[in-house]
Amino acid sequence: MAQPNAAAQSSIGSPSKISVELIINGVETKLDVAPWTTLLDALREHLDLTGTKKGCDHGQCGACTVLVDGRRINSCLTLAVMKDGARVTMIEGLATDGVLHPMQQAFIDHDAFQCGYCTPGQICSAVGLIAEGKAKTAEEIREMMSGNICRCAAYPNIVSAIQQVMGAS
Amino acid sequence: MPRDRSTPSHRGDISRRTVLQGAVAVGVLTHGQAVSSATVAAEQGEASKPMAPYIGSATSRVDGRDKVTGGAKYAGEFNAPGLVHASVIGSAIAKGRIARIDVSEAISVGGVVAVLTHENRPPMADDDKAYKDAVAPDQGSPFRPLYDDRIRFSGQPIALVLAENSETARFAASLVHVEYEPEKHVTDLYSKLNDVVSLKAPAKPRGDTASALASSPVRHHGEYYVPIEHHNPMEPYASTVIWEGGGKITIYDKTQGVQNVHGYVCNVFNLKPEDVRVMSPFVGGAFGSGLRPQYQVVLAVLAARALERSVRVVLTRQQMYSLGYRPAMIQRIDLGAETDGTLNAISHDATTVTSQYENFHRNETTWSGLLYKSANAKYAHNLVRLDLSTSCDMRAPSATTGVYALEAAMDELAVALKLDPLEFRLKCYSERDQSSGLPFSSKNLRECYRQGAEAFGWDKRSPEPRAMRDGRELVGWGMATGIWEALQVPIAVRIALTANGHAEVSCATSDIGTGTYTIMAQVAADMLGLPLDGVDIRLGDSTLPQSPVEGGSWIAASVSNGIVTTSRAVLKELLRLAKEMPNSPLATAAPEEVVLSGGMIVSRRDAARAVSIADAMQHDGVDRIVREETTRFARDSSHAHNTHSAIFAEVKVDEQLNVVRVTRVVSAVAAGRILNAKTAHSQVMGSVVWGIGMALHEETLIDHAFGRIMNANIAEYHVPVNADVQDIKVIFVDEKDEIVNPLGVKGLGEIGIVGVAAAIANAIYHATGKRVRALPITLDKLY
Repeated sequence: MAQPNAAAQSSIGSPSKISVELIINGVETKLDVAPWTTLLDALREHLDLTGTKKGCDHGQCGACTVLVDGRRINSCLTLAVMKDGARVTMIEGLATDGVLHPMQQAFIDHDAFQCGYCTPGQICSAVGLIAEGKAKTAEEIREMMSGNICRCAAYPNIVSAIQQVMGAS
Repeated sequence: MPRDRSTPSHRGDISRRTVLQGAVAVGVLTHGQAVSSATVAAEQGEASKPMAPYIGSATSRVDGRDKVTGGAKYAGEFNAPGLVHASVIGSAIAKGRIARIDVSEAISVGGVVAVLTHENRPPMADDDKAYKDAVAPDQGSPFRPLYDDRIRFSGQPIALVLAENSETARFAASLVHVEYEPEKHVTDLYSKLNDVVSLKAPAKPRGDTASALASSPVRHHGEYYVPIEHHNPMEPYASTVIWEGGGKITIYDKTQGVQNVHGYVCNVFNLKPEDVRVMSPFVGGAFGSGLRPQYQVVLAVLAARALERSVRVVLTRQQMYSLGYRPAMIQRIDLGAETDGTLNAISHDATTVTSQYENFHRNETTWSGLLYKSANAKYAHNLVRLDLSTSCDMRAPSATTGVYALEAAMDELAVALKLDPLEFRLKCYSERDQSSGLPFSSKNLRECYRQGAEAFGWDKRSPEPRAMRDGRELVGWGMATGIWEALQVPIAVRIALTANGHAEVSCATSDIGTGTYTIMAQVAADMLGLPLDGVDIRLGDSTLPQSPVEGGSWIAASVSNGIVTTSRAVLKELLRLAKEMPNSPLATAAPEEVVLSGGMIVSRRDAARAVSIADAMQHDGVDRIVREETTRFARDSSHAHNTHSAIFAEVKVDEQLNVVRVTRVVSAVAAGRILNAKTAHSQVMGSVVWGIGMALHEETLIDHAFGRIMNANIAEYHVPVNADVQDIKVIFVDEKDEIVNPLGVKGLGEIGIVGVAAAIANAIYHATGKRVRALPITLDKLY
């Protein structure tokens, strides 16, 4: 009792690491990751960039949404080694010199969150949505933002925030 | 989505208000109560031309910037040198014992530090008392993680793999081999209806309900089912234990009550209170699931103590289905009325689910007895014990479910009476709590009905089912009433005011997304006469002044009035200092005659008589005034204290496919003084969406052969997504409450969900003519 098992002789080795280079929020970043490391875990655990959230780790909730080469993706469904050389932009990279990205400001203005946990993913998704240029109406925004779950259910306010940015751009 | 709501820039707001808002709110309070800002301005006269106070305004969240930049850190995001990562292994069976756990293969994986099981864990308490947290059910033996070889529910944690990184821990967990000795389990509520625990009736019955029902010319009997639902906050449960050395630990935990977790951890591990600190600066939603300490905190502390290292345990989404849940329940309601709609009798029975080891229940049935005028009422509540984890509170526990059944039944009786559902409810309207006979401290439900109906256009409703359509969709309109308690709890608040006009306000409460940081800042700014950005809020830290868990909608009322109490103590001290100044213009002023405004201590009678706070403090050589006061709310046994709402819902149902869409909801709420128009709106809007989920989507499905949840993920357990939510209008009706507490605040976290599922179910009946009495109303049930 009370003694954890003594460290045994290692017989099953960890996978060897592969060197990748990612342009993270504009900064070239080299890291060595195992092939099984997701982009999400590379950001959160290897680089300590915890702004990107893990809500389900199965691509079901959208909390881990980041922009890769400008496109929104679920970083939990992407292995870091697949993105060698890619530009990865997360919530920490949206503001410039302390000035919030218009989408970040719109989320504050419209109270488009409560607990804030899905918010980085919602904001990255919304930025990606506008870049896609497909959604024009509120109904289309609702449909194309439905991969990002908000359990506090700020949905109508998220739509208003996106419309504010769309109207301004 | 058109909505009456101002959305000014947060910063603009602050600078606009910085100048003159202070005296206003103090004036409001001293005068008595909920006065609109326009009235306040008039009362204060032209001298100070006061702007609207922060209290009541649509102030943007003070923690908004942290949340939109990724700066807000949640429990599983804190780090420490040499942090050990963990992977939890859950039981594959629902009942029995662990015969053998073979960890040898897992241990041999490079980077694995240890595997903890019941066989090698560090010591923990062996008495039930130690595991009874502040909000544990009265009866039963709380679950003890990794305590012994007994399996009580599927998914129960049985081992913890600890490794240098999370991927390795997760991989090694797949190499732990467990042999079980299974026993026969029961997880189906319906299979145990002959084996129940009868609870004492929660409220006294009145009259002779059986006779009154028998003699009523119009009667309704209905049985209503609500399935198990899971909270599914977006943030997974997580604890990061920082090994501080010298026997001290700091725990970043996902919880609704840091001091509850603190007491629990100290008891379970026999630790000194000063050696444990529990923090939760941000909580990614909880909805009741974080009221009790969850098992990951025990696992994390066990591991940290075993290794003498910092450890992080994060549950997977799947594992969150092994925590608490809204209990499944069967409710039977009997109503009897005269042909004119006079309600004679209400009988409400509930049978709800708990575990084999604790009796968790709330009082589903009491709401029926207090809400509507009826001379006769009786209640019964049975518990069914199943081989599941213990059920727990989930948003408006008991009211969400009990009022759903009542309000669905009321709709059915209205149909039988050929009365408009709203007219019927007005006929049963009660100015008193029908159970206690007490008048309400305030009840403006009548205005909720009126304003809600008007905003919705209820008067254009065709009474017959299937009478309204829009293309190939049937249109249905339904309504329901909501009710919750206006609760308040003892709470302590500390204020530290510095001579440079900055205040730090602290309390060990939580902000689980409700906006506690923001309303605390608003109230403190108004009370201390400071701009919003002159106030810093500290919460979510067990070392701060005492606070109960954040739940039951009681924190807003409690902490805001707590700030008022402590602000008065600060004001009193400032006045004492001001009086000591030579030729003080406030020499004869009493504390109740002054307010704090714009950095000054100002006479309420004569604004020219004022002393700068900075001068008063500097004169006496005081840099800082610190006051901590505990606010205890007087027991008011002469009134009932409740919030109310009226919900109107529109559904459109595809006639061929039976797909149901909730196209419009109007929720009119009477909840006393609203502290923040913006965050309050969000809370009620979010609650309405929860009601949509309850009505149409949410159901935890168990494979009873295995006693295991089949849809333990956020794709197959359906929660509303953006496309499910259309037009939601929230109205706060004016409700002055000069009795409930000095600020007249009644809380908002729960009231918004109560009644919503019934309004939607009633709308679906109106659209289709089909009454579905088992939630969720999925399309298969409409064939």
